[in-house]
Amino acid sequence: MATATAALQRVRTSSLIDLIGLALLALLIVWLLFKFFEDPTRFINISIIGLTNGAIYGLVALGYTLVYGILQLINFAHGDVFALSGLIASTLIISVFGLDTETGVFLVIVGLLGTLAVTMPAFALFNASIERIAYKPLRNAPRLAPLITAVGVSFIVQNISLALYGVDFESVPNFIPRTDAIRIGDIAIQWDNIAVFLIVIPVLVTLTWFVRSTRQGKAMRAVAQDTEASAMMGINVNRTISVTFFLAGSLAAVAGLVYLLQFNIRYDTGFQLGLIAFTAAVLGGIGNLSGAVLGALMIGLVEAYNEGLDGTAGGDWTRSLVFGILIATLVFRPQGILGERTPEGA
Amino acid sequence: MSEAVTEFTRRARTEKGWWVAAALVGIGVIYPLIVESLQEVPLIGDFMPGIGSVVVMLIFTMMALGLNVVVGYAGLLDLGYVAFYAAGAYVAGWFASLHFDQVTFHLSGAVSGDLPGIHLSMWLVLVLAGVFTTIVGIVIGLPTLRLRGDYLAIVTLGFGEIVPQFVRNADSVAGFNLTNGTFGITPIDSPSFGAGFVFREQSNKDDLFYWTAIGLVLFTVFCCIRLRDSRLGRAWIAIREDETAAAAMGVPLMRTKTWAYAIGAFFGGVAGAYFASYRSGAFPADFFFQFSVFLLCMVILGGLGSIWGVLAGGLILSYLDREGLATIGAKLQQDAGLDFDPTKYQFGIYGLIIVAMMLLRPQGLIPERRHKIELEEGVHDTPFYDVQTEAAMTDRNRSDD
Repeated sequence: MATATAALQRVRTSSLIDLIGLALLALLIVWLLFKFFEDPTRFINISIIGLTNGAIYGLVALGYTLVYGILQLINFAHGDVFALSGLIASTLIISVFGLDTETGVFLVIVGLLGTLAVTMPAFALFNASIERIAYKPLRNAPRLAPLITAVGVSFIVQNISLALYGVDFESVPNFIPRTDAIRIGDIAIQWDNIAVFLIVIPVLVTLTWFVRSTRQGKAMRAVAQDTEASAMMGINVNRTISVTFFLAGSLAAVAGLVYLLQFNIRYDTGFQLGLIAFTAAVLGGIGNLSGAVLGALMIGLVEAYNEGLDGTAGGDWTRSLVFGILIATLVFRPQGILGERTPEGA
Repeated sequence: MSEAVTEFTRRARTEKGWWVAAALVGIGVIYPLIVESLQEVPLIGDFMPGIGSVVVMLIFTMMALGLNVVVGYAGLLDLGYVAFYAAGAYVAGWFASLHFDQVTFHLSGAVSGDLPGIHLSMWLVLVLAGVFTTIVGIVIGLPTLRLRGDYLAIVTLGFGEIVPQFVRNADSVAGFNLTNGTFGITPIDSPSFGAGFVFREQSNKDDLFYWTAIGLVLFTVFCCIRLRDSRLGRAWIAIREDETAAAAMGVPLMRTKTWAYAIGAFFGGVAGAYFASYRSGAFPADFFFQFSVFLLCMVILGGLGSIWGVLAGGLILSYLDREGLATIGAKLQQDAGLDFDPTKYQFGIYGLIIVAMMLLRPQGLIPERRHKIELEEGVHDTPFYDVQTEAAMTDRNRSDD
């Protein structure tokens, strides 16, 4: 009873804008429930696609949110780093490890791990050097300066991809079979979806462990919270920022590989996907790690529902829908789902 | 005494500036008459842009000047300026073409009386496009401008992506063909003075478009100068420098920012409509994110907030875009035997320019005076990130003592 009164109190005090937002959200949920009961099997199958894509977006979104948390910088180049890593991974998989549809399970695992062993350190270094060269000199400049620089870096990285791989889409053979791994009635989960989760979940667990439990992770959280104070406490701020970019780069490399398992990739894939991932990070509450993953899963689901269910705007409008969500989030709840309201009002 | 000297030198400098400006405008006006002989000059002749290219260069420069109001004056990073360009182009498409063939409405248009569609005079359409785009700017601005700078950047980016997708898909909005989808709207009427003097039917049509474009750019420059020195312009600069302080001094943040956004949008809309008229079409393929960054690059190259800088930056980059890179590529191929096509990597080149300018010369080629002073004396409320830099910063503020 007490909680109900408190909730009512909150509703009363919240402004009109919040109420509009809640009403829109309620409508959406009602509509989704309706769709679920209309055809549960189809709904669940579409949800699985959405969650798989969402998991990939989540990896990229984490890169945005890590960097934003620590530098308050939207690292536009992140998406392009991701695309370049995916392109390099495609070369490694095809030319170095020679994986194809005939390869056995063991060799596939070796190949994937081997690719990651190359791309993760390489792109961690690449990302950290971007920070050193382009962002570090601007750390005391007005806020707009690093942001504009990030846009420039994004274009440079994109053109590196273009110079190396041209305008064609790169893809890898389906060395992970697209057959059903789990089947309950008409609901099927394919092996390639499982593979995505098998790669993404350990990475997320490791990342959480790193940020929560290691000394360096603690330093990262401290710098994100208050750079000045952590510098006074003897934390090496520059090194912590480098480590953050390091982590973001290796996450991008994992995301590149996982994306490749599901889709084709080319030089400008990263830009689009980066925007989607950034939207996810904002939706979840930028700077918040679990928020980024949650937001990404939600965006993945929204996309899948929009493209898969009847009575929606349809695939032509997916991007507009995602950006609509971005704008709606920023208008109705700028701190995101899990973020906390900042004094600056986000 | 010293104050009088400073005042005098300042005046002399401005006067000289005006002379240079007048001379440049003069050359600009007679350019169509001398371009052919200029193109004959050895060595540099190949680099002289044709009139058709210069028209486009001027239009892009006008958009850059509009963007400069938003980014340079008010310090709001707008990554979706292409949305205003699109809005302007489609207004031209709606009010001066055969597109709405359900109605036939003419108002001193360039075409004869019995053609279907709405055909307003292009001059009227330019004004309409400006007004419509201003409204679009306000509608986009109102919900988003209360956000902090970097969020604003991403929201404008979002709008910059939505608007092109909207025009591409809006060929049946509830069964109504609003934008004609991927085909775009074409042909679009040309400017005219009555039905007897239609630009596109004259033998020197490019020259006419060129002089009109010069007129539009001069109008924009005039507005930019007057705005910069107005109460509103000073409020913008106050917000750019320190939002909190400006609010404390009584500058209404939302209203001032919205004005910046709306006025920036206005010029984008007029330029977009004029461009659509020049090339006789509004095509959705023209409206992509890279174009917004291209315009931003002009502003940064020239100098944020500096009108003459943005003019120079705009002309240089749009020249590279239209002809320069292709010419350089051809020269490289011909003379050095290099097989390198710079047009393919043009956005990489713009990216390099942005990064290099931000790192090496953040004030731009021709810096705005105020901005230059600021950079030389250092900003005082810098965020504190590491001890070494902060120590260096403290040294730099000796002049305060």
